[in-house]
Parts: sequence; structure tokens; C-alpha cells
Amino acid sequence: MKLVYIKEDACVECKLCELACYVEHSPTKDILDAYEMEIRPMPRCEVDVELPYSASIMCRHCIDAPCLTACQNGSIYKDERGAVIVNEKTCVGCWMCIMMCSYGVIKRDTRHGYFGISTKCDLCPERETPACVDSCPNGALLYDDRG
Amino acid sequence: MKWFKKVHHYLPPDFILERADDLCIRCKACVTQCSFDANFYDQKRNFIYTLQQNCVGCNRCVAYCPTEAIVVKNRPNPFREHSHWGAYYISGIKRRAYYGGTPVKSMGNDRPFPIYWDKLLLNASQVTNPSIDPLREPMELRTYIGRRPKYLKKGEALPPSIMLQTPIMIGAMSYGALSFNSVESIGRAVTMAGTFFNSGEGGLSRDHYKFSKHVIVQVASGRFGVHKEYLDIGSAIEIKIGQGAKPGIGGHLPGEKVSESISQARMIPKGTDALSPAPHHDIYSIEDLRQLIYALKEATRYSKPVIVKIAAVHNVAAIASGIARSGADAISIDGFKGGTGAAPEIIRNHVGIPIELALAAVDTRLRQEGIRNEVSIIASGGIRGSADAIKAIALGADAVYIGTAALITLGCTLCQQCHTGRCAWGITTQDPFLSKRVNPDIMSEHLYNLFNVWSLELKEIMGAMGVNSIESLRGNRLHLRGVGLSDRDLEILGVLPAGE
Repeated sequence: MKLVYIKEDACVECKLCELACYVEHSPTKDILDAYEMEIRPMPRCEVDVELPYSASIMCRHCIDAPCLTACQNGSIYKDERGAVIVNEKTCVGCWMCIMMCSYGVIKRDTRHGYFGISTKCDLCPERETPACVDSCPNGALLYDDRG
Repeated sequence: MKWFKKVHHYLPPDFILERADDLCIRCKACVTQCSFDANFYDQKRNFIYTLQQNCVGCNRCVAYCPTEAIVVKNRPNPFREHSHWGAYYISGIKRRAYYGGTPVKSMGNDRPFPIYWDKLLLNASQVTNPSIDPLREPMELRTYIGRRPKYLKKGEALPPSIMLQTPIMIGAMSYGALSFNSVESIGRAVTMAGTFFNSGEGGLSRDHYKFSKHVIVQVASGRFGVHKEYLDIGSAIEIKIGQGAKPGIGGHLPGEKVSESISQARMIPKGTDALSPAPHHDIYSIEDLRQLIYALKEATRYSKPVIVKIAAVHNVAAIASGIARSGADAISIDGFKGGTGAAPEIIRNHVGIPIELALAAVDTRLRQEGIRNEVSIIASGGIRGSADAIKAIALGADAVYIGTAALITLGCTLCQQCHTGRCAWGITTQDPFLSKRVNPDIMSEHLYNLFNVWSLELKEIMGAMGVNSIESLRGNRLHLRGVGLSDRDLEILGVLPAGE
């Protein structure tokens, strides 16, 4: 399967990957619409900054994903591409996946109801290349075969 | 808003940054990208403000704004219109009075002096001599830089020379002035293009010794970073006497840019200013220059050509003649228009002469004296495109150095802030965070494309002229015609007026 590789040496902290991510996961995929939405989708990648280091971190789609085994009602599954996906309809917000994730890339979207749902990278199923990779202006994200 | 205007130091901003509020989505890309602290986000008002005073017009924020909400405009003359006292002069006087120092600028002379390249036109073949299609027939761009013997003796080795696949090289920009990634990009690109780059006067990082087959190492008046190994890894050695940006002044690297790795490459303490003396203190005559040339040749066992770089100044023809007789294998002439180096504004804008005239004068003089074969000539200083390059070659240059054009490929927008070490495009900075902005994987590809396209354009122009080798064009001024030039200009350039 293909995976987003992070090149920390080239990240310039512009955070356009986060922007592209929430625009891609918004209903209209329009940049201005997404900004004006009352509840904006959460970016699923996050630029971690500790100057001079910065890097955009998102789900690594582990082969033996601990979050998948931890999920108590089977809301996390692997799709045909091998990507680890959260079923947002059945997620109950128990946060066991967050407890298990060794990269800290699963986020709590508590804006949906009291318990909220898990939000994580889904490798943009509707696109050939994930939005973050396309938007990166300095080649800090690469979409390449695993291994 | 966290600033307070300092009225006693007030200079009207040079640029106006306008941000369309209906397009701004508060993504803060402009805030993170501005290295001059001109943009900042006010959380309380959820608004991005601009401190116009700090804007240098580098357009980094414009490039990164995802909704094209930002426009940076030149500010019209903020002072009362006056035909003699323009804003340039009023601001200049104020700046000197406020700060008590001479302003330093970089990226070449920006005053409106005449550009002779634009007054020279190229020839093409019609009816009586056939033009050549470069896509169907072979074209020769290969160039050798070095001494050519008057005659060949059987069994005698040729003098050392370097071979260029295209007559375009990258001029001297030191590691220290440029970031590590910029030098890396340049090195990779010239390796792919089969040409050379000049290390500049600040030595070379050990990580760049891998470009040994494609680097000309420079020895300048400060001798920064010069040691046996450095001379050995270079394919050629260049002695810098002067540079176009600041003829008569040595190189200056402010202490802010001397980081740990720069201090190792230059062999100076970290954080100290690297100020090269104006002259070489061991060169006060052509005879002294000859001593240094032969000292360097001796040190490298006569295996590398030695280039002498001078700025184009008034007596350039006589000086070049002396250099040719002193044992140099090539002369590099740097015109006053170009130069990426940071220099006092007053020197940068007013000292030196145009490269077109200097080049023509040097070539003519060396031919008259019968020693043109003993040196190659490299022209530099404001080569903006392949047309300028081919005009330089027709005026007598063997090859050209490009500096500004190479930096523009890396992202430069000529905002002239190189000396601050805060380059927003990551080209001329030693800040580890900012220098990530040049990604060698991408930029070396862009620079290689530039070499490729310019080479193709050179071939196209040569094909139109009916010339199939760059050697046949070199110094062939019959392929040039001048428009709008005085008789005296035409005489110095050695070209005929258009129509004659």
C-alpha cells in the first residue's frame, strides 16, 4: 500500500497541509465554505513545531494497528487499500484507540455530541494523492509505496 | 496591535501589503512564513495585521497565501514630487541620518543605467547561407576554459583546462552567504548539467567535497577556508581581486551568519564578522599576482587552471592584458550591473562599468596584443537570459557566470535583504529553520531545467545564425548589430549599427 512519508528536513511550518486536509473533509470542498462552516472538519494531520524542527504528523496506517485491536465495537477497520479507517457512524468515543496509538495521531473531535468521535487520517479515499501531499509547497510530504 | 511607532526614526514604508478580508481564512501561513515579523495574528480580534514598516517586498506571503488574498504593492512616492530630489535620495539621507551608518544592499545595481544587451541584436541566416535546425543536426556547446597553446608539439601535454557541456557556469557565491541547502542544490544541478559552480571565498563545507569534479574554488583576499585539501578538491582555482557588486572592497559576511558549520568552513570563530581586506595584501602589482598564481599552481602541481576574477573598471583592458601575461589561464570579468553580494549601497550603485563594454574592450585588446589564446574570458554581471549569454559570447566571452539568475531559480525575488541573514526564501540565511525552505531535491531539478532550457535556446539561436559550434560564434561580432547606440559606443563594442 501507499503511505504518506514525512520529510522533516523540508517542512517549513506553513500548515497548508492542515488547511488542505480540512477542506478535503468538508462537505463542499470549497476553501471559503470550509472556513465559514460553523463546525469545521478537524485537520487530521498536525504540524508539530519545536523550532528549528517542524513536521506534519499523521496516521502511519500500521500493518498490525493497535488501535484496530483496541476498538471495542469494531469501528476501526482496514479498507481495501490497507488504510486504517474510523467508522464515524458507530464510534462511541471511548478513546481506547487514542490510548493505544503510539504516534498520538488520533484526535478527539468533541464538537460532535458529548463523547465525540475519533478523527484520523483516511488517506483521502476520493483522491489519487492525499490532499496534504498535493498541497505541500516544499516537498515535505511524499506519497509512496510502503517499505 | 503590539507595536508603537518610532516617529524619530520614521521612514515611510516601501511597500503596501493589502489583505482582502473577504478572502482571508486566518490560516496564518503568511504569519509563519514572514521572517521579518511583518505579519502577525491577533487572537482577540481574530484578525491578521501587517506591520507595513517591516515588509521588505519579498512576496513570500503572497506565494503561500492559499486564497490569493494578499497583494504587495510598491508604495508611490511618499514625499512631495520633486524632479531633482526623488524619494530614493530623500529616504537615503534620512536613513543615513537616523542610523549613523551607510546602508548595505545586495542583489545588484538597481539604478536605471543603460543596458547594452538590449541595444544589441542578433543575426539570422537567409537565402545565401542556410540556417541549421538544432533538433535535427548536431550542435556543439562544449567549451574549454583554460590556456590554449599557440602551436602543438608532438608528445607535449596540453595546459590544464576544464570542460563545460554548456558555456554557462554559476558564479561565486560563498557558503556562508548562501545556506547549506542552496549550495547543495547548485552543486547537484551543475553536476547534472556538466558544468561548474564557484565556491566563493568562504571555503567549502566538507559535505560538499563530493562536488569536487564540478567546483571552482576561490581564493580571495581574506583567504577564508583556504587550505591544501580545499585547493586539491577544486577543478580550477579562482583568485578574486574584485567583484562587480563592490569593486575595490573585500567580501563582508556579518557575524550573524557565521554559524558553527560556517565557522568550520571558514576557519574563523563562530559569530565573528568575516571581513576580507579590500586588496590582497600580498598583491600590489602584476608581478605579485604572478607570484600568487604560481604559488597556487605549484601547490596543485600544475594540474588545474587558475582564473583571476576582476571587476569591470575603467582601465579593465590594460589590467586584463597584465593578468594574461602574469600566467593566469582565464580572466573572469564582473560587470557593475550584477553581483549578488551585499555591499554598501553607494559602491554598489556607482562604481564600475557595464560588462558589455568591458568585455568588448578586453577582447579587442587581447586580440591586438596577440595573447587572446593564452586566456579564456568569463563574463558575468547581469546575464538575464540565454540571449544575454549569447551576446556576451559573440562579444568575445568563452563562458558566462550567472548568479542572480540561479538564485531566482531557487526562489529569490530580489528583495535585497541577503545581508540580514533573514532570507524568507531560505536562500541566504544560516537559520536552520529558514534554510529548510530550499529543498535541494526540488531546487536542483529547477536549476537543471534552467541550464537545459538555456542550452536549448543557445542552440536555437546558433541554428538561426547558421553556426553549428559555439567556437565559431566566439568573438564573432559580425553576428551583432547595435541599435540606438552612439558611434563611440559602437566603436568600443566593435559592432556595426543595424542596417550596415
